[in-house]
Amino acid sequence: MEGLRSMEKIRMILDGVRDGNIVILEEGLSPDEESKLIEVTMTEISPDDFTGIEIETYPREEASDQSLLDRLMGRESTETLTVIGPANQIETLHKDDQLISALVSRK
Amino acid sequence: MGLLTNLKDSVSRVTDRLFASEDPKRIGIYGPPNAGKTTLANRIARDWTGDAIGPESHVPHETRRARRKEGVDIERNGQSVTIDIVDTPGVATKVDYKEFLDHDIEKDDAIRRSREATEGVAEAMHWLREDVDGVIYVLDSTTDPFTQVNTMLIGIIESRDLPVLIFANKIDLDQADIDRVADAFPEHETVPLSALEGDNMDEVYDKIAEYFA
Repeated sequence: MEGLRSMEKIRMILDGVRDGNIVILEEGLSPDEESKLIEVTMTEISPDDFTGIEIETYPREEASDQSLLDRLMGRESTETLTVIGPANQIETLHKDDQLISALVSRK
Repeated sequence: MGLLTNLKDSVSRVTDRLFASEDPKRIGIYGPPNAGKTTLANRIARDWTGDAIGPESHVPHETRRARRKEGVDIERNGQSVTIDIVDTPGVATKVDYKEFLDHDIEKDDAIRRSREATEGVAEAMHWLREDVDGVIYVLDSTTDPFTQVNTMLIGIIESRDLPVLIFANKIDLDQADIDRVADAFPEHETVPLSALEGDNMDEVYDKIAEYFA
């Protein structure tokens, strides 16, 4: 996704989700891109076809991911994993400290 | 004399405009569906203008268009703050018309409502990016605040450097857990209230005046 413009990223995510895939982003989205993702998702919802998305973000802030300097300076890693899937196929999308789990139905 | 009076009036109008206070701040009331946003907007509008903003309902997505109440003067401690209240549709990442069927709504009406709801959420996001000066984020204190939509929206608000107050609503209910709301967003001030019963509205207005003046 590196090098893509915001709308290109959103288009790629929604195309993947609408094809029934679960999209995993290794670097997450910026707040502005998240805002646009919600807005574009809403414009694409249609009865009995696409009901929207489930989204969960997993912060990777373990100390092992950070350099010694970052830890000494108290800087936290802002890298995130974001999981996005079709709302009508994901029964549950759950996050805990170590894991994101998704229960998916093949409708 | 008439010419002199007219000239004096013109000069007076210009100086009034030059030295008038800033335009009212537009304060968006945001949050997930059914948090009590319209109940709060109506409470504030009724308390200070005598009018309501829109209909309240337990059916999700009852508010499907952003509604604005202009020029709400809130007086606190001898000072006055004027705001425009923007009551927005509840933000979600999914809208399924079948959820409306559970509320005894016919299918055609449910589909129409869901279509309007999606347009309303998109409109709310647009307002947040372009047209509000501050945010009141309303949460139902009887439900889990650690949701992705809440986290995303607070992140979006923070990224735009907008002043934000978290309102933990529905404290009149037994299941209300104010600490859980405060713990979810510790970097922001949380104000408990019941918009329906009018509980703790003095603190609500104190904080609005403090944050948005």
